Amino acid sequence: MTIDWSWISGHTDDLTTLTLSHLQAALTAVLLGLIISLPLAVLAHRVRPLRGLLLGLSNVLFTIPSIAVFVLLLPVSGLTRTTTVIGLTIYTLVVLLRNTVEGLDSVPARTKEAAKAMGTRPLRTLLTVELPLALPVIMAGVRIATVMSISLVSVATYIGDGGLGQLFTDGFQRNFPTPVIVGVVLTLLLAVVADAALVALQYALTPWKRRRA
Amino acid sequence: MYELLKNLGAWLTSGAQWAGSDGIAHRLAEHLQYSLLATLVATAIGLPLGLLIGHTGKGAFLAINLASFGRALPTVGLVVLVFLAGGLSMLPVYVALVALAVPAIVTNTYAGMTAVDPDVRDAARGQGMRGHQVLFQVELPLALPLIMTGLRLALIQVVATATIAAYVSFGGLGRYVFDGLAQRDLVQVLGGAVLVAAVAVALDLALSALQRFLFRHRTA
Repeated sequence: MTIDWSWISGHTDDLTTLTLSHLQAALTAVLLGLIISLPLAVLAHRVRPLRGLLLGLSNVLFTIPSIAVFVLLLPVSGLTRTTTVIGLTIYTLVVLLRNTVEGLDSVPARTKEAAKAMGTRPLRTLLTVELPLALPVIMAGVRIATVMSISLVSVATYIGDGGLGQLFTDGFQRNFPTPVIVGVVLTLLLAVVADAALVALQYALTPWKRRRA
Repeated sequence: MYELLKNLGAWLTSGAQWAGSDGIAHRLAEHLQYSLLATLVATAIGLPLGLLIGHTGKGAFLAINLASFGRALPTVGLVVLVFLAGGLSMLPVYVALVALAVPAIVTNTYAGMTAVDPDVRDAARGQGMRGHQVLFQVELPLALPLIMTGLRLALIQVVATATIAAYVSFGGLGRYVFDGLAQRDLVQVLGGAVLVAAVAVALDLALSALQRFLFRHRTA
């Protein structure tokens, strides 16, 4: 299995376009996933009966094979980027929801009681005490969701989107490994860069974690 | 929509659909075989790795990055690549499934280990426990809930992704999804997807019940 370097140098423009479109799909999905899962997680954390229901529901969504999700969305949103993003968002939900709930659970009861005793109102406690303390676990979820989305975008190649995933179909159909290798490498690079950026963000957001070490 | 659901119900409950080598029962067995074997191999790799890193505190950076590297591997690309390199066999599928499951297991095991209260660890050492005693009698039991979370996550992912075996002409429930796609038979695609989801949910519930059984003596 040899790499055809001239193919790569002849397709740099295409590769850039595919990489950017790949990244855009993944990031949009994670952002949407966060917007949806944050309020749901708070709800699941506060209202016990809802917890099992919401986590169970997101688990069920997660188990549907991605290719089937994309196909089943076709009657709704057609062969578009929207289908890709909706499909990916569904997958980010289970990780984000579970981690956010677990993050909120991990906040010590004593800390919450202290906030209450100091007269902090529930919403303020949530925003200034619980969420910051839950942040490491939430960010772990965001990192998983981001990397997972970047890897999953390629599945949308079956519905004519898929960013770098189009290289896999191309290589498979022509029995030509170069695009497949390039696609895998670029996807990995994209994930590593995005993950490093999130680590840096978490470091910046949790100054109290640094002092202890 | 109603028509589709009715057809789906008929598809899922027809006796003929369940029998034979292309029947649901056979595909289900294949799917379970792929998923369980891949998850077992992944656990055999990921669990000791996560425990070792969590216990020694060495190689955390490397392991976590390796894990996210594995998670970032595009499954379709990996399967196609191993397929183009090695020809037609189940190997590409297993490689891809294991690569998918290991990261979730390593990161959650490691997360569970780091979540163990350092005071508890110090107390264990202060009582004269040796390294392996601390690991197996203190750290592992305390880390177990997060380890189980990792295993459940990995299993769900593997069951959903084992669909891909059908893409390179093997069996499993993915057969219905890809055959249905090729034949423009939405009922079959939907039937395959529903079955995969049902298997994953059933396995997740089983693991969750096991988890509750293991921790029945523990109070939160």
